[in-house]
Amino acid sequence: MSSLDPAALINVLPEILLVVLALMVMGLDLLWPAGRKRDLGLVSAAGMIVVLIASFLWPGDGQPVWGGMIQADLLARLFRILFLVAGILTSLISMDMKGLKQEGEYYAMIIIATMGMGLMATANDFLMLYVAMEMTSITQYLLVGYMRREARSVEAGIKYFLFGAVTSTVMLFGLSFFYGFTGQTNYAGVRMGLFNPAIDTGAVLVALILIAVGFGFKIAAVPFHFWTPDTYEGAPTPVTAFISVASKAAGFAVLFRVLNVVFPVGVPQSEWTNLMETLAIVTMTLGNVLAIPQTNIKRLLAYSSIAQAGYVLIGVAAVSSLGVASALFYLAVYVITNIGAFAGVIAVANRLGSDDIRAFAGLSRRSPYLALMILVAFLSLGGVPPTAGFVGKLFLFQAAVGQGLIRLAVIGVLNVIVGLYYYLMVLKVMYVDRGEEEVEVPVSAPLAWTLAVSAAGVMLLGIFAHPWYNIALRAAAVLFPG
Amino acid sequence: MAFPFISVIIFTPLVAGMLILMLPADRKAEIKVIAAAAAFISLVLSLWLFFTYDREAARLATDWAGRIQFEEKIAWVPSLGLSYHVGGDGFNIPLLLLTSLILFAGVLVSWHIEHRAREFFAFLMVLATGIFGGFAALDLFLLVFFYEMAIFPIYVMIAVWGSTRKEFAAMKLTLYILVGSIIALVGLFAIYFKAGLGTFDMVEIYQNGNLDATFQRIWFLPVFVGFGVLASLWPFHVWSPDGYVAAPTVVSMLHAGVLKNMGAYVALRTGIQLLPEGAKFWMPFIVFLTVISIVYSAMVAMSQRDFKYVFGFASVGHMGIVLLGFSTLNLVGLTGTGVQMFIHGAMSAIFFSIVGMVYDRAHTRDIPSLGGFVRIMPIPTLAFLIAGLSSMGMPGLAGFVAEIQIFIGVWLAYAPQHWWFPWMAIIASSGVIITAAYIMRVAYSVFFGELRPEFADLPGVTLMDKIAVTLLAIPLIVIGVYPSIIMPLAQTGAASIASLFGGA
Repeated sequence: MSSLDPAALINVLPEILLVVLALMVMGLDLLWPAGRKRDLGLVSAAGMIVVLIASFLWPGDGQPVWGGMIQADLLARLFRILFLVAGILTSLISMDMKGLKQEGEYYAMIIIATMGMGLMATANDFLMLYVAMEMTSITQYLLVGYMRREARSVEAGIKYFLFGAVTSTVMLFGLSFFYGFTGQTNYAGVRMGLFNPAIDTGAVLVALILIAVGFGFKIAAVPFHFWTPDTYEGAPTPVTAFISVASKAAGFAVLFRVLNVVFPVGVPQSEWTNLMETLAIVTMTLGNVLAIPQTNIKRLLAYSSIAQAGYVLIGVAAVSSLGVASALFYLAVYVITNIGAFAGVIAVANRLGSDDIRAFAGLSRRSPYLALMILVAFLSLGGVPPTAGFVGKLFLFQAAVGQGLIRLAVIGVLNVIVGLYYYLMVLKVMYVDRGEEEVEVPVSAPLAWTLAVSAAGVMLLGIFAHPWYNIALRAAAVLFPG
Repeated sequence: MAFPFISVIIFTPLVAGMLILMLPADRKAEIKVIAAAAAFISLVLSLWLFFTYDREAARLATDWAGRIQFEEKIAWVPSLGLSYHVGGDGFNIPLLLLTSLILFAGVLVSWHIEHRAREFFAFLMVLATGIFGGFAALDLFLLVFFYEMAIFPIYVMIAVWGSTRKEFAAMKLTLYILVGSIIALVGLFAIYFKAGLGTFDMVEIYQNGNLDATFQRIWFLPVFVGFGVLASLWPFHVWSPDGYVAAPTVVSMLHAGVLKNMGAYVALRTGIQLLPEGAKFWMPFIVFLTVISIVYSAMVAMSQRDFKYVFGFASVGHMGIVLLGFSTLNLVGLTGTGVQMFIHGAMSAIFFSIVGMVYDRAHTRDIPSLGGFVRIMPIPTLAFLIAGLSSMGMPGLAGFVAEIQIFIGVWLAYAPQHWWFPWMAIIASSGVIITAAYIMRVAYSVFFGELRPEFADLPGVTLMDKIAVTLLAIPLIVIGVYPSIIMPLAQTGAASIASLFGGA
């Protein structure tokens, strides 16, 4: 079979390189003296930058590899780039995180998780998909509980693990239905198999719902979100950032593909459009409403990230290439924005040792540039121009209106207002309130880079949205040929 | 390619804002000079637009596209039909001039700000870019982009540099306006999809939209009222007095003088101009709201003790007159509105700047405890009187020119099924009488009468303040004496809209 041809391996080159990088980081961990281990973060970031460049230089031909298990088409490649960016920035913001012993295995797990996400996006077969999802999940359980001596971190890890394990089992059960219906695990094969009129639509719908549980856990959609606040609060902040962006994006990567490739056949489209619409509405509304009373910035960002997932689901519910492209664009914006927001949180927490929103009081007087970067990130989350969050949200609402989902768009915009309220409250604390101890917050070089990359990216995507949106449209065309 | 006047006007403040952010915070003098220079550049360029706009060509033109000059169009996101499309016509060129005038005056009266001056002026400059962009945009998406961009800085400026329940007022104002604009936004998307042209370009939708009457009637209200919130349309005006009282002087000036106009302008451009059938159906009813705005706010202003609240409500009333002009949907009324928007801006800016000057000196805004300020600040008093007389429609001043046309326009809007229009004109003009009463009352108790001993040693106003109020007062006199300086321009602007309703 031609897909076993070594030349086809170029399609999984980034994954291969990431494995090499993970091994290298672990090796260096053994060789380097303890004092140098901080630099492992740089090695990990630089290594992933090399992978990123390599994935641009040799994008591959998008042909199926390994008997159709994996297909790195444009959509998958874009997601891979997103994961790599998230991995790079996470490595950078981990370097100066207090209490996190920056060891080789920590970075190696970030790299492995990044690779697993890449496989989730490229997977073209339910078996591969399941393996890839477990690969990311297990490394992330470990990362969340990484601070072994901190009760909160361990608790967060256990919670995340229990939720993850249950939902993944439910999903696996759902996947087994499809094998039962069609005798296939390959997406295309399942799709063809579902054309069989003998298969009961109701049963397919049940299977779809079971699978949606697994995806819902990954993207932290309501009602599979209960782990989110505790896990986000307890996990080391860089890991929180990583999970909130990369893991969520990976969940969406799978959602886009499975929904649009497999299901248009077995279930009437209106059924699962309704399902996604409902999911979007409850996710964004609950996320936003519950974010309002939060006093811990990590919990606030946890609920905010739930709401953000709800916005992306608008694009999923608006089944069209416009919808997927808008969702994809918004995910890219969200990844860059949220990492910036968390980098700001880390900078403040490192100096003041607190994740409380009060710790931000008067930050704009103490560290005006740090405050400005956080301002840009929060405005983008809230959707204020000229940041990318504004354009991204408009694209989503536009896609919804374009599919006649007026109600969804209206609820979406109302949610944006609720969201703006609590984002503004944080900014108010930063710009208006006075803190008890007005100390300057130093920002280490890796954090400063991350903040700068994030703010620049947010402005760039916001003002020159066109090239990026065009790429997203082309990627979405993979799912909607013709 | 012609010199991109409008883009330079829009982005000069933004560039200045970036420069200001790069300066160290303690170099306050340089920061203010940069802000003033940016405002001055915008002022000069918008004066240039105002006087070089080819009015003759615009008069002869037969459609809106033919009247747009200084046009710039660059594709932005072509796959969605978004473009950076700006241009000027008889409606927005005076408003661009007004914005730069108030911005320049506002920087001058803010010269004394020392508390976190760098951030203050940086936010002010971002705000200015948003407002200029909102007035100049000819693309629905771009319009919303700038509109929202103008809203956020206001929040921070009120919450940090304001007074009197500032955080509450800032949040109230911001949420009201956001809710309105976002509801309108959904309407704009609906227009985009219904028009089916794959473009957000307003000119193209205006020409080739072919939106059916039912659609227009459904979507007119969200769009017009959504943006009308920013124009403080009754009963959605409640953010306005609280917000203005809390806001620092320059924000009150810009917000009352320019942002409200932007709300009205955008409501006109999108609601009335793109959905004329909807306007025809609803405006005869919205006229009731505008008349309530006028009379109610004048009566409330009459009973205020707080100097700033008086003008917080007065500006609601002025905008009521602007929106009343919209409801005429005829050339006379709309022309009057075009002028009234300009005048309202200049008057509000004068009022709020002088309220600020009085408060900075006396540290009270309680009207009964003030008095005799003419001796401390003669030039601002004169400016106040000019603005006050103009606001009550005194012939020879600008307000008369605009209001008489609006009232005539309302009278002309009579139709058998809309028999109430003449009555509306009569009731609305009673608002003008009440306005006269409260202006007299305020002028008397604040500026004339006994100067209290505790105020006897107050310092006079600075040169900056004098320049600012003089600059703002000049147009009121000039337009009053020589209406042709703006009238033909406003007429060409109004013609593009009035022609939709059969009167050109």
